[in-house]
Amino acid sequence: MSAALTLEGVHTHIGRYHILQGVDFDAPAGLTTMLLGRNGAGKTTTLRTIMGLWRASEGRIALGATPLQNLPASDVARLGVAYAPETMAVFSDLSVKENLVLGARDAPLDDARLQWIFGFFPALKKFWLSRAGALSGGQKQMLSIARAIVEPRELLMIDEPTKGLAPAIVGALIACLNEIKATGVTILMVEQNFRVAREVGDEVRVMDNGRIVHHGPMAELAADGSLQNRLLGLSLDSHQ
Amino acid sequence: MTALDAGQASPRRRAEILPALTPLIVALIAAPFIGSFSTFVTLTAAGLAMGMMIFTMASGLTLVFGMMDVLNFGHSAFIALGAYAATLVFAPLAGWSSADSVWANLAVFLLAVLAAAVVCGAAGWAFERLIVKPVYGQHLKQILATIGGAIIAEQLLYAIFGPAQIPLTLPRTFEGSFVFGEAAIEKYRVLATLVGLTVFFGEMLILNRTKIGLLIRAGVENREMVEALGYRVDRLFVMVFMAGSALAGLGGAMMALYRGQAHATIGGEFLVLCFIVIIIGGLGSVGGSFVASILVALIANYAGFLVPKLALVSNILAMVAVLLWRPRGLYPVSGR
Amino acid sequence: MNVLSRDAPRGRALQILLILTVLALAGAPFLFHGAKAINVAAKTCVMILLVASYDVLLGYAGVVSFAHVMFFGVGAYGVGLMLYALGPSWGALALGLAAGAVLSLVLALAIGLFSLRVQSIFFAMVTLAVAYAFNVLASQLSDLTGGEDGRSFTVPAVLQPSFHLVHDRIFGVAITGKILTYYLVFAVVAVAFLALLRVVNSPFGRVLQAIRENPFRAEALGYRIVVHRTLATCISALGATLAGALFSVWLRYVGPDTALSFSIQVDVLVMVVVGGMGSLYGAIIGAALFVFAESYLQDVMAGLSQAAADVSLPLLPALFSPDRWLLWLGLVFVLAVYFAPAGIVGALRADEGKPN
Repeated sequence: MSAALTLEGVHTHIGRYHILQGVDFDAPAGLTTMLLGRNGAGKTTTLRTIMGLWRASEGRIALGATPLQNLPASDVARLGVAYAPETMAVFSDLSVKENLVLGARDAPLDDARLQWIFGFFPALKKFWLSRAGALSGGQKQMLSIARAIVEPRELLMIDEPTKGLAPAIVGALIACLNEIKATGVTILMVEQNFRVAREVGDEVRVMDNGRIVHHGPMAELAADGSLQNRLLGLSLDSHQ
Repeated sequence: MTALDAGQASPRRRAEILPALTPLIVALIAAPFIGSFSTFVTLTAAGLAMGMMIFTMASGLTLVFGMMDVLNFGHSAFIALGAYAATLVFAPLAGWSSADSVWANLAVFLLAVLAAAVVCGAAGWAFERLIVKPVYGQHLKQILATIGGAIIAEQLLYAIFGPAQIPLTLPRTFEGSFVFGEAAIEKYRVLATLVGLTVFFGEMLILNRTKIGLLIRAGVENREMVEALGYRVDRLFVMVFMAGSALAGLGGAMMALYRGQAHATIGGEFLVLCFIVIIIGGLGSVGGSFVASILVALIANYAGFLVPKLALVSNILAMVAVLLWRPRGLYPVSGR
Repeated sequence: MNVLSRDAPRGRALQILLILTVLALAGAPFLFHGAKAINVAAKTCVMILLVASYDVLLGYAGVVSFAHVMFFGVGAYGVGLMLYALGPSWGALALGLAAGAVLSLVLALAIGLFSLRVQSIFFAMVTLAVAYAFNVLASQLSDLTGGEDGRSFTVPAVLQPSFHLVHDRIFGVAITGKILTYYLVFAVVAVAFLALLRVVNSPFGRVLQAIRENPFRAEALGYRIVVHRTLATCISALGATLAGALFSVWLRYVGPDTALSFSIQVDVLVMVVVGGMGSLYGAIIGAALFVFAESYLQDVMAGLSQAAADVSLPLLPALFSPDRWLLWLGLVFVLAVYFAPAGIVGALRADEGKPN
């Protein structure tokens, strides 16, 4: 079973802007925690801060008992954190295979694991040796996620995976995520699409203005329409 | 490896071949104006050899820039240092150079260029740690710091080696030319071309067939993501920097041999040319700088023959022309 | 109308330093005797203008360009060649200046517009290449420009050294055309400097700084970055052109070494960094310090070098040789970049505890 992620009093400044203003939450071990909120609430900044791409100016971040704050991104990754960013960040000039090789780091590509991934994302097999830049947006998103799961990790951080994806692919993604959840990995996911969030998430944390304004089981939020409206407001309608 | 490797070959868009053909196109355009076939052959051979030497100097620079956005003006110092390092080898081994033995000649040549590469690689490490590292990520400071470093380095070279040019004589075997009818191709130029091609294929092999090469290519595209995948990009960068400096030194040594003298001004002179080449080629692209080097050298040679007054600015004109056609260079790296 | 555009130098130490420098320059012909002294003073004035105009581009607009000396050269050659071709008259001088200004503007516009096409990091390298090309052209078109040797020419009568304004000496100094030329240079530089001060303190200047700080935000706020940067390039280019014209009139000579070499560009970079980027007063400090050191420090170095040679120390005589002046300059420059990025001006202001 993977470790839990905890954040205590995390502040992040970007230049002059104070984006994270004291973020406190935990993503329980082995569960999928959804991070929701309006645009600009600080969700992506939170993920990047955990990843070490941006330095927290204050606060503690820990994966299990291991502190993560102030570590460079490469160290955070080697502690078992995988990150599929909002921008997908696939290496366009490299092939699909090469992208996954990089994701696997020191381990060779595991055949069984790859077959499992191809089960959800057949396009990756089809374009195995093709330049990743030639893939469509949806396929690139698949590649980004595949790269994050090509080896088992302690914590998976995924930023808006369904953005701009066709419904059929969203379906494949949900199936994939559910199977990954079954392996007991801790997942922290930012997602604007509430339907997806509801299906995949065990826990939910809602952010606004750089702070967590709600936390609790997903089932609870899913059942309470007025709470959804209050916390997520218009974003609920615009992402179906 | 598994059956997975038996997948499709990477599709190459047709448009990608065109930039690589530009040197050929230029050669074809220039040919009728030059008239005489033998002159054309001589000029083209000279252009190829010069292009190879320039490529050797420039390829490291493009990777350094591509990976870390470091515009290294200090590159000129390594070109010059390589030239002087060659003199240090040739001085005690002058006997080997003037001997009648091909092996002795070859040995002193190889020793000289190897020495240049090693010395400059080490100097590159020092330069990166002392001058570049403290200003990572700060573009303006990094430009200024590397300029300062280049000035200091050039002055140190003058202080150590003296301000005068130091003569270098080509080993016996490489003097003179191969003569084909009326066309003469200097032997050294053939050697330079061979060395350049070796460097190119070596780089391509490393970049495309090794894990480190994979990391470098990925790092040129998106350094942050490589870091987020668990790799220490700064260590990678130091290696690339050292390799780039070593190659610059190698190129400098070869150029100095070609000219028959070593002097610190060679650095500044070829730095501008390197910049032009990597701009034309596309920042971060080794293949691009290979094509660009040949293109630039050919244009310079043809222009030198056809319109001598324009020869020295032909490079800049070529750069402007290419940028108007392809604003990001011949082979831009994705995501830049 | 506020002469200093409401941008007086802050900090007691800085104010004193500036006042002393300006006074020294104002009274140079009378305070310091000898040809070398007045040459140093004249060069300082010219460099103040050259560096200040560069700072508008680099320090205020945040644009890195290596083509500044090209504009300096255009001004120098414009005036020089016109006086050479048309003979010593004010008309020729004016025509030369105008021609230089027009050419500079055209080049500045071309560079600014080219920056539209390419990324900003290309821009710096492109300016380097263009400046290099210009340099080469000037040497190549030797029929016009005099090539490597340059051109000597005669200036209008009033400015010639043989001209005497009055027959008596004032404070022991003969008021020759040289003195008059000096005050011409001084006056023009002073006016131009104040004009630049006005520019950087205008709304335009503030927008430039906003663009430097955060280009995305500025663009989002509706400012056309390319337009502003191009304008800044043009203003900067005109300043350099004027400086070049003044220098060539002072020297009564124009050539690649004095007007176009890349080493001048490097010197300007050093002056602007050591003096303080983003502050025009830094240009005054930086230029004065640099020219003074360049002129007088080399004698000190020669002495040190000799002393080291006398005691047969290895390498040191070479390191201290006056020819190696750039080595120490480079060292100071690099140290300034790392430890005093706001230059002397920044260091002085920091001491006063006042915000920058």
